[in-house]
Amino acid sequence: MDPQSVLFYVFSAILLVAAFRVITVSNPVHAALFLVLSFFQASGIWMLLEAEFLSITLVLVYVGAVMVLFLFVVMMLDIDIEAMRRGFWSNFPLAATVGSVIALELAAVLMGGFRLSRPAQPLIADALTDVQYSNTQVLGISLYTDYLYPLELAAVILLVAIIAAIALTLRDRKDSKYQNPSDQVRVRSSDRLTIVKMQAVQPVADEVVVQEVPGTGEQGQNKDTEPKK
Amino acid sequence: MTVTLGHYLTLGAILFALSVTGIFLNRKNIIVLLMAIELMLLAVNMNFIAFSHYLNDIQGQVFVFFILTVAAAESAIGLAILVLLFRNRSNINVDELNTLKG
Repeated sequence: MDPQSVLFYVFSAILLVAAFRVITVSNPVHAALFLVLSFFQASGIWMLLEAEFLSITLVLVYVGAVMVLFLFVVMMLDIDIEAMRRGFWSNFPLAATVGSVIALELAAVLMGGFRLSRPAQPLIADALTDVQYSNTQVLGISLYTDYLYPLELAAVILLVAIIAAIALTLRDRKDSKYQNPSDQVRVRSSDRLTIVKMQAVQPVADEVVVQEVPGTGEQGQNKDTEPKK
Repeated sequence: MTVTLGHYLTLGAILFALSVTGIFLNRKNIIVLLMAIELMLLAVNMNFIAFSHYLNDIQGQVFVFFILTVAAAESAIGLAILVLLFRNRSNINVDELNTLKG
């Protein structure tokens, strides 16, 4: 066996074990960490397939961003694992049957049906054999010429994801103070200040009428602009 | 015994079957459900890259690039919905999500 085959079997074995642990482990944090391990193994297999750019992208984007997001959410939420695990193994016979049927059928078809062992010619069919082959360059040329509009669409999808995630989780607090600019612009001086005519000298022994003076204590604030009459 | 295209496709198939099994097993845990969906997408990407390598066609890798983009957006929105769900109901038990049931 050549070294590439050995590497393929090692990576696939670890990948399948890690994937199996992702779906059976009880702690969601451990499941996320096993998913990170399986992404690393898949990245190694893609490297064997000479897809270097996507291999590194998988590690950077998935392990660096998506799985860290998963870990944040898993650790932030207080999850009752016992309630989740109740009846976990009762589904196992059906699940194992369905899974093994899918795997065996697909393997029976795919293993015998595709006997291609190596590419017929290198990806760049070039007369100059000393030209350095670059997977990133080929992929980039294809992305920015033939697939330019799909690339723009992918950017829009990412923008939609950003806006949707923020809009879903944004919470405005009830007790937060903020200014209403249109009310501030529309206010007039008569709304703020009411001049009350009073006698300069009150009769001494009579009852003192305390008059409510609205608005005078609240000069700077943006309140309802209706003065109390 | 050299590795052929069939080996990679079989690896993808086994990975896909494992994810389906995971969806069966973890019906109540929506976080592990999302992780199983990520594994499924990984299996599909594996097939695309294997075909791209053995058939000498870069378009398979371009498709994987777009799948990665969409999967990242999907998991971001899914986790945002999950956080919102937890904030409103204080648990993420799938069995109790029957508000829309008539």
